[in-house]
Amino acid sequence: MSAYKNSVCFNEARRVAIFGGTHGNEMSGVTLVNLWVKNSAEIQRKGVETKPFIANPKAVEKCTRYVDTDLNRAFSPENLSAPGGDDLPYEVQRAQEINRIFGPKGSPEAYDVIFDLHNTTSNMGCTLILESSKDHFNLQMMNYIKKAITPASCLVLLNEHPLLKYSTSRSVAKHPVGLEVGPQPQGVLRSNIFEAMRVILKHALDFIELFNEGMEFPPCTVEVFWVSERIDYPRDANGNIIAMVHPNLQDCDWEPLNPGDPMFQTFDGKTIHYQGSGTVYPTFINEAAYYEKQQAFVTTRRETLVASAIRKA
Amino acid sequence: MIQCSTVQCSGQEVVERRQMEVDKVVCLPRLSRVAVCGGTHGNELSGVYLVRELLKEEKKAMEEEEEEEKPVSVVLVLSNPWAIQQCRRYVKTDLNRCFTHASLNGPLSDSAPYELIRSKELNTLLGPKGSPEAVDLVCDLHNTTANMGLCLIAYSDCDWICLHTFKHFQRQMPDIPMRYIHFDVPKEESYSLDSVGKHGFAMEIGPQPHGVVRSNIYTAMKFGVQHMLDWVRFFNSGTIIEGGFVDVFTMVKHIDYPRDSETHNIIAAIHPQLQDRDFCLLHPEDPLFQTFSGETLRYKGKEPLYPFFINECAYYEKGIALSLARKRRVMIPAIRVQTEQEQQASEQGFGSEEEE
Repeated sequence: MSAYKNSVCFNEARRVAIFGGTHGNEMSGVTLVNLWVKNSAEIQRKGVETKPFIANPKAVEKCTRYVDTDLNRAFSPENLSAPGGDDLPYEVQRAQEINRIFGPKGSPEAYDVIFDLHNTTSNMGCTLILESSKDHFNLQMMNYIKKAITPASCLVLLNEHPLLKYSTSRSVAKHPVGLEVGPQPQGVLRSNIFEAMRVILKHALDFIELFNEGMEFPPCTVEVFWVSERIDYPRDANGNIIAMVHPNLQDCDWEPLNPGDPMFQTFDGKTIHYQGSGTVYPTFINEAAYYEKQQAFVTTRRETLVASAIRKA
Repeated sequence: MIQCSTVQCSGQEVVERRQMEVDKVVCLPRLSRVAVCGGTHGNELSGVYLVRELLKEEKKAMEEEEEEEKPVSVVLVLSNPWAIQQCRRYVKTDLNRCFTHASLNGPLSDSAPYELIRSKELNTLLGPKGSPEAVDLVCDLHNTTANMGLCLIAYSDCDWICLHTFKHFQRQMPDIPMRYIHFDVPKEESYSLDSVGKHGFAMEIGPQPHGVVRSNIYTAMKFGVQHMLDWVRFFNSGTIIEGGFVDVFTMVKHIDYPRDSETHNIIAAIHPQLQDRDFCLLHPEDPLFQTFSGETLRYKGKEPLYPFFINECAYYEKGIALSLARKRRVMIPAIRVQTEQEQQASEQGFGSEEEE
């Protein structure tokens, strides 16, 4: 019996996966997963099967983001059903394999939760990435994590934008959770970043254990940064970048960017200002991997979501 | 008349000469050709974008026929175009290790790696290394993920051109932390692009992730190159440039990550108390690494040394977690450019210069 009106029931989360190396040069996740593959004691919880998994082993081996194509964009319905076997790009084949092991995406057999570990060169700190504003299970988990690490901070990025949302490796699961920690250069392992990621995962798994044991989580509010727009670098007629993130904006992830604020600096020193109609909260500022994706940063707007009470079915 | 000598020196036997020369003005040949190279590592982007920008400016200056009589000819080079295009350090092998005499003069097999072919092209363009035709000065632009500020890296601690350039940087850019790093490698064994010129150094600026352009780092490099060219013109103009001293960090050794004996994978990360503390003196027993189970591994050397290249991404595969240096103060003499007569006189004796 629930103590709350409109409490939402979910099945126990029995099958959980932790993906490292979806991008082969994002070292915290690669290192943590390798550690846990060797010795999984730290990630075991009662009643949960938690599987550590290297998502893109070829990319990890070469310490590169991907081999043929970005694995974290490869889980589209077209790719997952594409015929062609060995002729397909490596990451598409890999996506199909991951979908077989942890999915099928969208079916009742899919894993309950996948944590997908990432690093960024942006100064984002610890960020949890949510794909749906209506996933009350995930919202409650993120609320739990945020409270557990106070006074340290962990922000929530919601990417539900119809055009900007993409087909992530974690999207195979019923409850996909992205974990992005920065700043860390690609190919580098910084111990503070590694430890921060480890602590967040510990709390996430604690939440799952408590949930499975029958704890009911009361309604709560969760502040999220909702992805709005992708802003590219200014480019010339040939597509070459002609300006850099302005020193006033560099490293200022999550801080308000107001119309008229400096945004880019050309290579010969001129300032280009933000021309939007209102204040936005930029993030993924100067992420190395996004130069080729035409993205200098994304803008977000701050919203407060309400999560219903949840308990296990 | 001031007695002039062209001094070529290497290593330790220089001390005596230096005592004598502190009061003398050392005369050195004019620096007529300077090379500025970016993208020797294709993902170290400040240099890539800076050279592209300088090429644009050069093109514009030529189109607008701003042909002032420049005493310095500047060769702008994107060293590793294929790696730049892929935004990778290298395609087949590290270009910046391909400039040994052996590599440059050895035969090229059909299956030679791209960078070996490219190193010979660059040697033709900027060298040949060791010959009178080589450019006078190579400035090779690099970035590092380590918190090193601006570093001038050279094979010599008595190349007065390099040392004076560094002193000029210090005066002109007082807000940027900067150091002079000396790799004590004999000339015959030098392996990097900057060794192709008669003088050369790498300008290394960090911290910057590979594949990223940070505006503050780009701006520092832009000013660095500008000040270097200004100094070269100033030197060429004939003024006597006063001597002084430079604190030189001479590389002593590298330390690798602790690794698993079977898999060779690293089993510890740079300790949080060492991370980002480049050039902060490391004492015996100071923390070096933190294992993934939380244990602290300490520095076991007997001598306090200065760490640098702490957690440079590209060095994981080279087995280097950090490098260690000794610091010492080097006195540098006053210098001036040789007059034409002095230059001719010394060129006639060019063959014997190397013997000193």
